[in-house]
Amino acid sequence: MSGARLASEGQAHPHGHPDHVCWGGKPGAAHHHVLKVTGLSVSYREVRALESVGFQTECGRSIALVGPNGAGKSTLLKTLAGLLVPDAGDIQWRGKKLTQSSFEIAYLPQRGEVDWEFPITVRGLVEMGRYPNLGWWKPYSKHDEEIVARALAAMQLEDVQDRQISALSGGQQQRAFVARALAQEAHVLLLDEPFTGLDKPAQDNLAALFRELTREGRLLISSHHDLATVPTIFDEVLLIKRRVVAFGAVSEVFTPEAIAEAYDS
Amino acid sequence: MDAATHSLPTLADFLAEPIAKRALLACVMIGFSNGFVSAFVVLRKSALKVGTLSHALLPGIALAVLMAGLTQWSLLGGAVFAALIVGLGSVFLSRTSRLDQDTAMGILYTTAFAGGYIILQRLSVRQKLDEWLFGSIVGMADSDLWIAFGISVVAVLTLTALQRPLLIYLFEPNIAASLGVPVRLLNYATFAVVILVLVSSLQAVGCILSVGLMVAPAATVYLLTDNARTLFWGGGLIGAIGSVTAFFLSYPLGWSVSATIILVLGAFFLLAYVFSPRYGLIRWGRRVDKVVAPGAAGGNG
Repeated sequence: MSGARLASEGQAHPHGHPDHVCWGGKPGAAHHHVLKVTGLSVSYREVRALESVGFQTECGRSIALVGPNGAGKSTLLKTLAGLLVPDAGDIQWRGKKLTQSSFEIAYLPQRGEVDWEFPITVRGLVEMGRYPNLGWWKPYSKHDEEIVARALAAMQLEDVQDRQISALSGGQQQRAFVARALAQEAHVLLLDEPFTGLDKPAQDNLAALFRELTREGRLLISSHHDLATVPTIFDEVLLIKRRVVAFGAVSEVFTPEAIAEAYDS
Repeated sequence: MDAATHSLPTLADFLAEPIAKRALLACVMIGFSNGFVSAFVVLRKSALKVGTLSHALLPGIALAVLMAGLTQWSLLGGAVFAALIVGLGSVFLSRTSRLDQDTAMGILYTTAFAGGYIILQRLSVRQKLDEWLFGSIVGMADSDLWIAFGISVVAVLTLTALQRPLLIYLFEPNIAASLGVPVRLLNYATFAVVILVLVSSLQAVGCILSVGLMVAPAATVYLLTDNARTLFWGGGLIGAIGSVTAFFLSYPLGWSVSATIILVLGAFFLLAYVFSPRYGLIRWGRRVDKVVAPGAAGGNG
């Protein structure tokens, strides 16, 4: 269904941003962008939220960020997005140290944190994804229009693009934010509990879209609280409880022992 | 007020007076700039803060009059000074105590307002007190008009130039930085614009009613549109139309212009609240059952 369309569109990308895209282009060119996190510590005032967290991954994977409440999942996502300043450690993206926010990395807020009454349509929301590329003045061009249209199509939002964002289902709302990240031409998508509050069909649909996005070469990191669905949705898992408890392929490290270590206090 | 009791010149005669022409021009400019900025205030959900700031202007102006005499520049300086003291003071208070910023502001601005009221009472400008509290758009001089014009231009240009980052910031203040938005710069720039426009509306409607002029226009348009940009220009238009309508209504009725402006804007809002084709009360009753479902699902997160 939509999967085939998405894949072919991902490869097309006729606009040539050689530096900006890790998907599409020559086969084999993808899967080489590395995200390397070392010794990351973050605190809120005096409270340590993360303690020397380190892991390394690359484009083309989807990672479940799992851990009990207060384990630092949101903190880690926000730090990767450049919204929080770490006390120590660094984040390297494509071999360079990340010192500020990059539009190659998109952060998708929890649905509960979004002001759904804001006067904006789905299309308007996705167009916002172009702003970091355009800056303050550059006019919105045909090229931008195409990218937005492609993002809307990939996330199956064409029929609802003129709706105000509160008039969407939960799954559509989540996909609208993914579409904005696509319009932003982000390599890395950081998602905070994207499956929360979705019904089963919407979850399955979003999981299928996630697989397409990683097949295109994007890196997805989502916090996730439903342990049962981790193996069906994600390739890798990062179990944290302030520190890294386990990290690796779901089939290898997502063991009852590791889960118990993270969740038992 | 007095005009109504004497034999009244016709409206046409009144409009021929330079005073009336100036007041009409002031209505257009101040109505538009306040309406334009009201889009920011409504989207930022900071109506209450603006109310605080506008009241805080009174003591600043009182102090300025006390120290430097009554000129446009002392007014402006005093207003900016007072707004900064209360604005930054409340941030400081909330950071250094366990109180939140709203509480700190509530204490600071009422204290400052009370002090300002007493200073103004004791000064020889006592007859002017009503004007600070409720404005006097009919008493504006040419220089006041130029200042109002300059402020309007600065406000519209600034908010228009910053439109892209501003919309992201208003939509997602907590994560705007991840989309490359210079949050701190925006904070300063918009704070400056709000204070400038407040100062200009102070002359027109006074510090008590100015909140209405800086909230009602965009709140009205908010009920009519799904486009945030429309809110700015639409708010400006509603602000200007409302002020001019009030000007023409107030003369034959003998009402205070400033109070009439706020009344007319309130009436506009009420109309939109009831009759808006999308979000009006009448329409709302019909679609409540449809809207509840996704909203409720989005609540748990």
